[in-house]
Formats: sequence, structure tokens, C-alpha cells
Amino acid sequence: MIRFLSFLFLLALPAAAEEIVADMSQTRVSITANFDGSEILIFGAVSRQAAAPEGELGVIITVEGPSEPITVRKKNKAYGIWINTEALEVDSAPAFYAVATSGPMDQILSGTEDLRYKVSIEKAIRAVGVAGSVEDVAGFLDALIRVRTNNDLYQLREGGVRVSENTLFDTSFKLPSNLVEGDYRTRIFLTRDGAVVDNFETSIAVSKVGLEKFLYGLAHEQPLIYALLSLVIAIAAGWMASAFFRYIRS
Amino acid sequence: MHIYLPIAEVSVNAFLLLGLGGLVGILSGMFGVGGGFILTPLLFFIGIPPAVAVATQANQIVASSFSGVLAHLARRTVDLKMGFILLIGGLAGAGIGVQVFNILKAKGQVDLLVQLCYVIFLGIIGLLMFIESWNAIRRAKAGAPPPKRTKRGWAQTMPFKARFRTSGLYISVIPPILVGFLVGFLSAIMGVGGGFIMVPAMIYMLGMPTKVVIGTSLFQIIFVTAFSTILHAVTNQTVDLMLAVLLLVGGVIGAQFGTQIGTRMKAEQLRILLALMVIVVCGKLALDLLLMPSELYSIASAGGN
Repeated sequence: MIRFLSFLFLLALPAAAEEIVADMSQTRVSITANFDGSEILIFGAVSRQAAAPEGELGVIITVEGPSEPITVRKKNKAYGIWINTEALEVDSAPAFYAVATSGPMDQILSGTEDLRYKVSIEKAIRAVGVAGSVEDVAGFLDALIRVRTNNDLYQLREGGVRVSENTLFDTSFKLPSNLVEGDYRTRIFLTRDGAVVDNFETSIAVSKVGLEKFLYGLAHEQPLIYALLSLVIAIAAGWMASAFFRYIRS
Repeated sequence: MHIYLPIAEVSVNAFLLLGLGGLVGILSGMFGVGGGFILTPLLFFIGIPPAVAVATQANQIVASSFSGVLAHLARRTVDLKMGFILLIGGLAGAGIGVQVFNILKAKGQVDLLVQLCYVIFLGIIGLLMFIESWNAIRRAKAGAPPPKRTKRGWAQTMPFKARFRTSGLYISVIPPILVGFLVGFLSAIMGVGGGFIMVPAMIYMLGMPTKVVIGTSLFQIIFVTAFSTILHAVTNQTVDLMLAVLLLVGGVIGAQFGTQIGTRMKAEQLRILLALMVIVVCGKLALDLLLMPSELYSIASAGGN
């Protein structure tokens, strides 16, 4: 009975005025031996039942790699040399995070919506309960974003989403070559005057294939065999080079 | 051509790695050092995670040392008896060294300890070798006869004497075991084969001829680095086979050329070159500690170091 009532309740809700319809060029990224980064095209349209409502339209697309806890260390001068003196443990930070927007972030997304959906890079990093371990927590988090941005692991491209006719949108993301495996959560947000009207979520599966997968698996499941294999290869290579050079000289 | 390394999880230029391996191989064959003290910082520099770089270069050194030893065996410049005796001390020292390393790691700041170890040992050894070989070259130019070694006395008064035919020595086995132990201990802490400590120790402390020292040093490095490869692979899964293969293809070829160059040079010249190289690496590491780094912050996954 309750289920039936809630079903009726759902039916009674008005359909969202604007909805996202989207797709991307690929939903799998295979890391092969000669993997050198990948480019993913994401495109879509805003579907409307009625005329477009008032307010400024915004489209924000994020791609987020697997998260893990990390340590950010800071060097200070002590006893005349530079050594790591301070460290901040961050609960969880994505290994990769890219944001592309159709306009300036602060214009198309309000602060409260950012907090709710964790859209910006700052919000994607989860650092609760870290205060107290170091004095300047903000400085450490800024440094984390700066270092990863320099390595193309964090990307913020304001104006990177192209919107045409207030309906069609598209963008492309460059996944760098130093990518880790995992499901890359991809989200698309549609905003009107800074408020999220609709969001769409899918994922890109990034995985090693072939030789890469075999070596990684062997190293973790049969470490001793892997170690011996490494040594056999090393010894064999050493012996072959020696034999080859002796053959040339004789 | 870029290649993705499955364990390091980065993509690097394959030819760059072949070149690096080749360079280190030449040094290995010439001087009898594993080359880890040069290769490891270079791998950091091209973006390989430190844990993977340290573990994988151990595997590459197995290959280049083996290639070098075979070349030296053909020339009869390996003192196998001395090698085995050094190895006994070396493995014992390495075993204890690993324990000490783990204790220090638990207390943090192990990176700093390793760096300081490098600067201090490279500095002392490089400087001593440089002064000694410089004097030797000057004497040779002046035409004066080389002075008789006086240091050998202490190795002859101890018991358990043995004849080392290849080295032309008749000394007690205790000093080689002690030298092996010291080198094994330091190499476990510093994560290198220990050739750059072993070579001068054999020349100056045991009085072995330079030509024999190189082959013998390489011989014992094979075992020490094979041991640490297994240890790293089993405990940390940080040996990257793809990276190792690229490095060692360059390395084994380089080692053959290095041996060729080494046999054509005079012992003093060889020593002074090794001394200069050690001093340069030491200087670079010292500057890293003394100068303000361009990025004060560094990121590490919380699980690793």
C-alpha cells in the first residue's frame, strides 16, 4: 500500500523542465603497452518539454578518477638543510579530476550547489578532520591542487564546454598518460542561474589490458614467481649480451 | 616511442630508458659499481615513483653486473674465493641492515637518513680516492717508484690466513668478512648494490689490485641485488618488469663496452674518474639538501612511503 502511494506520489511530480541527454566517444579506455594518454569526447543536448525557462544556462562536466588517502608533506629549513617537517593526511583525493564548464564557475554554479554536488576541484578533495595536524591546512590543500594541476592530473577549464543554440553542448577531455586503473565517474550538470536543474552520471572504465594486465596481476598474486622471473630475465639478458659480444670479437 | 609501465603506472619514452640503462651499464663495466647511486636519482627525475625506482634498479643491476662478470671471468680478473668470503659477510650485514632500515622507517625521516648517508659516504670516499689517485698519477709522471703499501700489516697478523691466488694476497679472512659486512649493512640501508663502497674498500683496506677488484665487486653485487630484488618484489610489489627490461637491455650492452674501455685504461686513471663521478653525484645531492627547493610540497599515497 505504501509502495503504491509512493508510486502515485512520484507520478504526481512534474517532469523536470529540462533534462540532459548525453553520450561520449568511448566508455572504455584500455591501457596498452604503448598507451600515451587518451582523448574523450563528451556531447549531448538539453531536452525540453516546454519553452526554455528564464535564467542563465550553464553546463558543467566533470571526470573523476578513483580516490585514495594521501599524505602531503612540506619541506622546511632545519639545521641548515631542507627536510620534510610537516605532513597533512588527506582523507581522500581523486587520482584524476577534470572540470570543464560553459562559463566562469562562480557565475554558473552557486556555492551551496557546489557544496552539495562537490563539483569544483577543492570540493572533490575530502579533507575533514585534518585541522590541527598542521597550522596552514589551506596552504597544503592549495599545494596538492597546484602539484597535481602541473602534472595534468587536475584540470579546470572554464569555458571548455561549447554550448550552441542553448541546447547542444560538447567538450573533450585529455586523459594523461600517467593514468591509474579504475572507474572514472563522469558527471554532467545543467544549471540555471547557479542552481542545478538536472544532472547525468555515467562512467568510463579505465583498465590495463594484455601484457600490462598480465604483469600487474602476476606481481600482486604470485610475487615470488614474479621476482624469480625478473631475475631469470636479468641473468639471461646479461649472459646473452656477453655471449653476443664474445661472438663478435672472435 | 612511449611505453606504459604496469607497476609504476606512468608512461615514459622507451629510448630514454634504453639510453639511461646503457649509460649506467658502461659505468658498471668500467668501474665495477652497480650504478644504482646514479640510476636511482635519474629515475626519480623522469617521474618514476621512488619505491618502484629503488626496487627496479636492483633488478637491472643484476643484469648489468652479470654481463660484466662474464666479461671479467673471461679475462680471469675475478677472485672467486675472495668474492665468496665477502659475500658471507655481505649477506649477514644486509640482513641486519634491513632490520635497522625498518626500525628507522617506523620512526619516519628515513628519506633524510638515506640522503645524508649518500652525501657523507660519497663525499668521503670520492675525496679520499681522488687525492690518492691524483698523487699516484703525479708520482708516475715524476718517474718515482710507487711506495710500498704499509697498511697490509694488520691483515697479516690475524689468524685464519688464506691464499688468494688471483689477487696475489696471503691474508686473514677476517678483514674481508668485516668489509663485506659493512658494505652489506650500508647497501641495505641505502638501497644500492654497494659497489662504490666495496671498490675502494678492497683497494685500500685489503690491498687488492684494481683490475681484480672490479670483477670481484661485480660478482658479489649480483648476489646482493638479486636478494633485494626478491625482497622488494615479495614485500612491496614494486619491481616493474617492463621498466627493468628496458633498462637492462641498455645496461648489458653498455656493460660490455664499459669493460672494454676499462681494460684499456690505467688503474690510476680509472680510479680518478670514479672518484670524480662520486664527487659530482655527492655534490648534486648536497645541493638538493642545501638549496631551497622550487616546490616545497610533495605528495605521497598514504600507504607507501
